[in-house]
Amino acid sequence: MMFAQGSFYVLAAVAVVSALLVITRRNPVHSAIYLIVTLLSVALLYLQLQAEFIAAVQIILYIGGIMVLFLFVIMLVKLDVALRQPPFNQQWWVAGAAALVLAVELVGVIYLGRGTAALPQAPPGSLQPNTELIGRTLYQNYMLPFEIASLLLLVAMVGAVLMARRKAS
Amino acid sequence: MSQGFLSSYAPILLHLVLAAALAAGLILVSWLVGERKANPSKHTPYECGMPPVGDAREPFAVKFYLVAMLFILFDVEAIFFIPWAVIYRDLKMAGFLEMFLYIVILLAGYVYLWKKGALDWSP
Repeated sequence: MMFAQGSFYVLAAVAVVSALLVITRRNPVHSAIYLIVTLLSVALLYLQLQAEFIAAVQIILYIGGIMVLFLFVIMLVKLDVALRQPPFNQQWWVAGAAALVLAVELVGVIYLGRGTAALPQAPPGSLQPNTELIGRTLYQNYMLPFEIASLLLLVAMVGAVLMARRKAS
Repeated sequence: MSQGFLSSYAPILLHLVLAAALAAGLILVSWLVGERKANPSKHTPYECGMPPVGDAREPFAVKFYLVAMLFILFDVEAIFFIPWAVIYRDLKMAGFLEMFLYIVILLAGYVYLWKKGALDWSP
């Protein structure tokens, strides 16, 4: 239990600090790299919750896929101008104050509601391997939606090609 | 409670530690053993050939963005294989045929991309 708590705090701290670095770095490539650190520590948090499949999706799709997309956008857009401009506009403190109020509210609700709705401890051994559960649900109960997902991906492929063609010509 | 579960990931952690140690070790050894005689041309990324000028982040053609988008689509496709592969033996023939249909539909997309020349890596 001590190990679990300690590693949770370390991972959460890494996630928060790197998320702050994402929005404060001037160089967008540095931001992208810090975003990878954030996503990775969130993936490890999922792993700690025994959500193996979500962790794998986080790593393969977000770090592997979405980050590639982000980097492509960074490469596509001329960002020399952005490097010289201040990254925040005048309203940053309004947003900060709103976020602070929300955070205080959230902490207050959790603190006050602690007694009325106590979170039950997960009984040991009750968590089934959820990748298998997802697989069973997806490939036995939801066969048709799964096949429709492949059609959706097909449509997305055709759409991407068509859009790129139109842009090029 | 979760310690037993997480300890099944210990080999991955060991792998990461070894990879980091190898990378750090190689840099350290080349820093300790290597000779250091600085001159301006040694500080350029390439010591011979064209002098690299300017930023590496030159904007490039939009058509390469298509490659990134297609990569994500196939990435999403690949994700569906993970829960399938975990319970592959329990699903028996039904699961096989299901995945076969899935792959055939996406193969049609792949053939379409190929025929359209979307995968050509020429500028």
